[in-house]
Amino acid sequence: MTATLIDALFGPFLEFGFMRRALVGCLALSLSAPPVGVFLMLRRMSLMSDAMSHAVLPGAAIGFLVAGLSLPAMTLGGLAAGLAVALLAGMVTRSTLIKEDASLAAFYLISLAAGVVLISLRGSQIDLLHILFGTVLALDDPALLLLGGIATVTLFGIATLYRPLVMECVDPLFLRTVSRAGGPVHYAFLGLVVLNLVGGFQALGTLLAVGLMLLPAITARFWATDLGGMIPVSIACAMASSLAGLTLSYRADLPTGPAIVLAAGALYGVSLLFGPRGGLIRRFIRPRHLEG
Amino acid sequence: MTAPGGAIALHGLTLGYDRHPAVHHLDGTIRPGALLALVGPNGAGKSTLLKGIVGEVPCLDGRIDRPGLADAIAYLPQSAEIDRGFPLRVLDLVAMGLWRHIGPWRRAAPYRDRLIGALGTVGLVGFEDRLIGTLSGGQFQRALFARLIVQDARVILLDEPFTGVDGRTSADLLRLIATWHGQGRTIVAALHDLGQVRAHFPETLLLAREPVAWGPTEAVLTPRNLARAQTLSEAWDEDAAICDGPAGPPASLHAHTHGDEHGHHHGPGQSHHHRNAP
Repeated sequence: MTATLIDALFGPFLEFGFMRRALVGCLALSLSAPPVGVFLMLRRMSLMSDAMSHAVLPGAAIGFLVAGLSLPAMTLGGLAAGLAVALLAGMVTRSTLIKEDASLAAFYLISLAAGVVLISLRGSQIDLLHILFGTVLALDDPALLLLGGIATVTLFGIATLYRPLVMECVDPLFLRTVSRAGGPVHYAFLGLVVLNLVGGFQALGTLLAVGLMLLPAITARFWATDLGGMIPVSIACAMASSLAGLTLSYRADLPTGPAIVLAAGALYGVSLLFGPRGGLIRRFIRPRHLEG
Repeated sequence: MTAPGGAIALHGLTLGYDRHPAVHHLDGTIRPGALLALVGPNGAGKSTLLKGIVGEVPCLDGRIDRPGLADAIAYLPQSAEIDRGFPLRVLDLVAMGLWRHIGPWRRAAPYRDRLIGALGTVGLVGFEDRLIGTLSGGQFQRALFARLIVQDARVILLDEPFTGVDGRTSADLLRLIATWHGQGRTIVAALHDLGQVRAHFPETLLLAREPVAWGPTEAVLTPRNLARAQTLSEAWDEDAAICDGPAGPPASLHAHTHGDEHGHHHGPGQSHHHRNAP
């Protein structure tokens, strides 16, 4: 019984090198993206990160035009485009009357359309699908190194920025009165977001890159009260989703990226119902209130 | 004219948004150790003045001299500007006040006694592990005052600290303010409750975009000054012309006790322009 369970879960990874690579890549992404997602969610920037992930597309597309399906070119292009849109949207918000969500929506629609057009200039439908939905089963050595590197930079970055980042979330005005760190911290954080989106783009494609970033973070909110709990829970959720999604996609012959995101979605659904912090079931069976 | 150490000198200060002045031609000195109430109708520029002193709002004209104080000002904004949904514990909120000691990386643990002590002073014993979202309005304001205690600043600016706070809490916090005053700190508080101001603040600045009066509280809070403040503050002009000079002197210069210069110095190079674009 246990043997079959172990085989069902781990069999594909023991058997195939590409599955092991996919798992390692997804685990690296699960280590770095969810903590970033937790901060995005708490700053009410969840949708903004989704918009930014689309902004990575035209950059990657230009890399694709120049060098074909080459990892370094598309990564560099994606990084540049993502950072540019993050900065531009920030500037537009600061210098005009348009709110940040509106300016990001504008940028992301333009970039998504531009990206698809750019890729169609030279590539096939298959190339387009690869870029939109990722190629997690075709991660080569450089791609794995990139994902590992991104995880390392992200974890060190968050550890370094942690205190000012929390202050910037809770009370940005206070941070401004005691320190000039607020602005640099904000942009460093946006840099980490873009870095993880580019990482997610390798594995899950532009359309789902935020899947492993946001879903585990939102799920963690149902299980932990404070940041110290939410970050580990979100990482655990992302890792479980990666494992389940990869296995599922192998067994049921489903597209891999969407399977991973759906697994994360299933965890979210379960937490939404049964989570101890604001889960729906808790609302319906009210425990008797305390005396004081 | 430079301010003495620890004083905050305002020279022809005009602060505002989008070239419309919210504080207009303000001169005077907040001397070290002052306990000053900022009074005026809504929109009179009280918050703007406090934000100007901490450097949140840029000067449209004139300047603020705060020699040696750039890093010694603590500022309590209206609490509406703080995200209380963030899952942060009370102790961590109070520990933010340690920033100047521990910066972004050093440990806060060695200061734990000091943090607990500050919570005790504001009557929040045992609240250190509660999330800030679970505090009532008054408790949250007490926690922010604990953060101010931890900041240990020489100048403390309070923006309507007692709005939405019950009588007992404001009495407690007023006692704390009196303690700070006794320790020689400078305190400037924007307030609406004139009774509170009369009872606890020896000095008052009555503001209605322009300074109406500045001096000992009893001399400033006269019915005539208050009526004038009300009239002045209601006249917000969308199509205001470029301001060429001082818009009338403050009503009661004689009430001012610090011997500061009050003349507006608008030399040719100094005249300011804040006309609204058509």
